[in-house]
Amino acid sequence: MIAARVWKFGDNINTDLILPGPYLYRSPEEQARAVFEANRPGWVDQVKKGDAIVAGFNFGMGSSRPAARSLKNCGVGFLVAETINGLFFRNSVNFGLLALECPGVAAAFEEGDKALLSLSEWTLKNPRNGLVLAVSPVAAELLAIMQGGGIYPLMEEKGLIAPRS
Amino acid sequence: MGMTMTEKILARAGGKKRVSPGEIAVVEVETAVLIDLSFLPEGWREVLKVYDPEKVVIVFDHLVPAASVQAASCHKTGREFARKFGISRLHDVGLDQGISHAVVAERGYALPGTVLVNSDSHTCAAGAFNCAARGVGAPDLLWAITTGTAWFRVGETIRYDFTGSFSPGVTAKDLFLAIAGTYGAHVNQNIEYGGPGLKALSIDARRTLATMGAEFSAEFTIFEADEILIEYVRARNEKPFEPVSPDLDASYKERRAIDLGAILPLVALPDAVVNQSVPVSAVAGTRIDQAFIGSCANGTLEDLEIAARVVKGKKVARGTRFIVTPSTQAIYRAALKAGHVETLLEAGALVTPATCGACVGGHMGVLGPGEVCITASTRNFKGRMGDPSAKIFMASPATVAASAIAGKIAAAEEVFA
Ligand code: SF4
Repeated sequence: MIAARVWKFGDNINTDLILPGPYLYRSPEEQARAVFEANRPGWVDQVKKGDAIVAGFNFGMGSSRPAARSLKNCGVGFLVAETINGLFFRNSVNFGLLALECPGVAAAFEEGDKALLSLSEWTLKNPRNGLVLAVSPVAAELLAIMQGGGIYPLMEEKGLIAPRS
Repeated sequence: MGMTMTEKILARAGGKKRVSPGEIAVVEVETAVLIDLSFLPEGWREVLKVYDPEKVVIVFDHLVPAASVQAASCHKTGREFARKFGISRLHDVGLDQGISHAVVAERGYALPGTVLVNSDSHTCAAGAFNCAARGVGAPDLLWAITTGTAWFRVGETIRYDFTGSFSPGVTAKDLFLAIAGTYGAHVNQNIEYGGPGLKALSIDARRTLATMGAEFSAEFTIFEADEILIEYVRARNEKPFEPVSPDLDASYKERRAIDLGAILPLVALPDAVVNQSVPVSAVAGTRIDQAFIGSCANGTLEDLEIAARVVKGKKVARGTRFIVTPSTQAIYRAALKAGHVETLLEAGALVTPATCGACVGGHMGVLGPGEVCITASTRNFKGRMGDPSAKIFMASPATVAASAIAGKIAAAEEVFA
């Protein structure tokens, strides 16, 4: 069971909001400082390590940029949305951000709620209103990469890429 | 139950009889495309083996020529990687460079019936060629070039059947905006385009529509193969290929009929692409600081031709900047020979070398605080082209060119009447 404080976002949160274009060539640390600066300035100072994002439809729509890495680097423990853009989902797997789809999640949570996630039962519970939602299971191979720190360690292990010097 | 085109290609590339929605398909990648952003130091790693250098393509496009030391370093890393592994299909700054998706098209790199990956989100552009093409991000691209494989979640498919043909002055961007305005996002779904109206859509028009599939949040965006398409690819790539057609009893989530003759010029309101479409008349008269035509979706020869037609003999309004970026240097040369570049320059447009440039707020057309832009590119997200307080409307090249002349959002109708 993973417990987290909820930050609430709407539909169609795009990659350019998460990782603004002017930061594409900057360091991951600087990128993490810029998350949501256009739509929610100051949020990066409020979010705490392990917090959860609960969002609506089509989360992460847009670019292939490593926006999932920025969310991870600014402390997000997991992300649950009604639906997640397929490319953002891939990057979440590959950068090790726990990203899950869960129909009904947007209506079931408010900002500041506590969320209890169980990956053995694939449920998400809101203790405030007692709602228990079914989380769409992620294929075991993908979940293993997502929770194992992403694809880079796996590629190193397989001798495909050199370890970071 | 039969299979859709996406399912057929994934099954074939995965060595399986069939794949169905809900599955994870592991497939062989026929073509893997790297761009300059693939070589950003934090995403790129020293590659120890390349599965097959013949399957790799490298194109520099986001900031070309390099607009910063960081961009120059990405290009340098890419060149060294190409040299080390003997990758011959390197499209370096110069003669055969362009935006990766446009280079893939004009070189015939996307083979019908195969799988193509590129780290960039608009890779679905190659779906115009009956190719299962998808943007996978920098890490999965490393995986693809080292293992020769990729995985995909198999989604359900929405089928669009076209009939008729466009009215004069209406183009594929308007068609996209019509679908985006009516049906919104297609998250986790594949899109299939076909029907009797397909023959009225040029390859450039299909490329625009396929490219915009990323804005639907679609998984794959695939066009049926017809003679026009097969001829186009055969003229550019000597490798044999086998296109796919959907099975007659393919299972679709939904089938939607679209009469191309009923499509009107549209504009997307700022800050998001889908569910934002309004008729040009609804925003006509909105003052603009900048008009932009370019990107992987709208820097085709047809786009430049239509822009030239709209501005011929006129002048860009004082106080408005009109920036035109051909998608590739080859398109630039063709537009030059056809006289379009001269017409655009005479009108007061800036014609830049091929690059993503203003589309991604990179260089050559970045917006300042509070500015208003109308763009024929792929995205109008908040902050996309520069300062987050800038407002970005999105429309077809014809509407953008007419707006540049008027200095405010305007329809191109008179030109085509
Ligand atoms: S032109 Fe724009 S949308 Fe296309 S690849 Fe470049 S940045 Fe992306």
